[in-house]
Amino acid sequence: MQLDENILYLFVFFVIGIALPLVALSLGKILRPNRPSTRKSVTYESGVEPTGESWVQFNVRYYLFALLFVIFDVESVFLYPWAVVYQELRADIGLFVLVEMLIFILFLLIGLAYAWKKKVLSWK
Amino acid sequence: MNPVLVMGPILLLFVVLGFVTMAILFERKVIGWIQMRPGPNRVGPWGILQTVADVLKLLIKEDIIPSKADKPLFKLAPAIAFIPAFAVLAVIPFTESLQFSQFAVGILYYLAVSSITIIGILMGGWASNNKYALLGAMRSAAQMISYEIPLVMSVVGIILSVGSLNLVEIVEAQKQVWFIFPQFLGFAVFFIASLSELNRTPFDLPEAESELVAGYHVEYTGFRFAFFMLSEYVYVFAMASLTTVLFLGGWNAPFGLTMIPGIVWFVLKFLLIVFSLFWIRATMPRVRVDQLMEFAWKVLLPVALFNILLTAVLQEVPYLDFLYRL
Repeated sequence: MQLDENILYLFVFFVIGIALPLVALSLGKILRPNRPSTRKSVTYESGVEPTGESWVQFNVRYYLFALLFVIFDVESVFLYPWAVVYQELRADIGLFVLVEMLIFILFLLIGLAYAWKKKVLSWK
Repeated sequence: MNPVLVMGPILLLFVVLGFVTMAILFERKVIGWIQMRPGPNRVGPWGILQTVADVLKLLIKEDIIPSKADKPLFKLAPAIAFIPAFAVLAVIPFTESLQFSQFAVGILYYLAVSSITIIGILMGGWASNNKYALLGAMRSAAQMISYEIPLVMSVVGIILSVGSLNLVEIVEAQKQVWFIFPQFLGFAVFFIASLSELNRTPFDLPEAESELVAGYHVEYTGFRFAFFMLSEYVYVFAMASLTTVLFLGGWNAPFGLTMIPGIVWFVLKFLLIVFSLFWIRATMPRVRVDQLMEFAWKVLLPVALFNILLTAVLQEVPYLDFLYRL
């Protein structure tokens, strides 16, 4: 099977991207010293003895932003193909293409306005 | 298999590594110049070997992995952050002949792959088991996903005008007018969001050295640290190239000055963007975290959506549609 050259390039770039850290980090092993000590491998917190773990429950606000991100990222998945074929559809069925997308964006904007009003967007 | 297929990307890798070395020096020199001090000037003439010396130093530093860290993830994270940074370069067309993949959905590929880096940063911060690193990583992830939305939306205006996701076709559509003029709103949103995606001042909160020690890479030493730094600067290369391709007409010559080859124009525009990044870093103070998140959602996102509507409406205006319907 003949693979498209454009796809092959993507593959080659990924392989080189993986190869560089592999080669650099394994060749570096020969050059760098290795003298481990228990003091050295203590978690660094500006010289203060660390207390407790940092794998703890985290501020829920980050989660809310992640949720918002998912919603609008999916919106962009719909926007991209629409934008690509917009001019053809505009010639075909008229301005209804634009109105359709405006309705879709409007619904998401209502969601954004709701989040805004609920103070999800302000970082306190 | 065609040897160009492999040699070309390897050559580009060395060009990018060379760029990163020079860009770090250039950044320190430019900021030094703006702050009226000489900047690095000890290693080699004009300090030109400063970064080379820094890289060599990092290469012979001990690789310390904290005993409390999650070792496999800790080792994997720098690579995960770096690989997409280089992979996105595959779709960027530098000149008419110097381009690698003419992937039909180039811009989508760039935006999708570049967001994988967030996982690498989050992974590194979490695996370090360090409070500062975790805070830096969480801030970084929240910031990058928030600014990715306006970044993605600001490009839709261009796609509406061109009717294609292929970066080569986008450059060819700018033979007459560069998109920075008809899509100025889109450019403004794109540029601000890209500053934030690159974690650069004024949006460098994940690495705010005065509050978080160093951010997500506090625990990293030696070459693993170097790979985080490297991916950051490879992204500067990629993002400056992408801005040139999308908004500054790529290799197209201005004022019909076509006797100067396209690559020269590309490099000039590219360097202008890179210089602006350093200029902004030397000029602007860091924003606060609450301002940062609110700005993305309350200002940039509505403006980007408005830009889509504006582009679609301006396509209907006679005498203006030549700018918006290509």
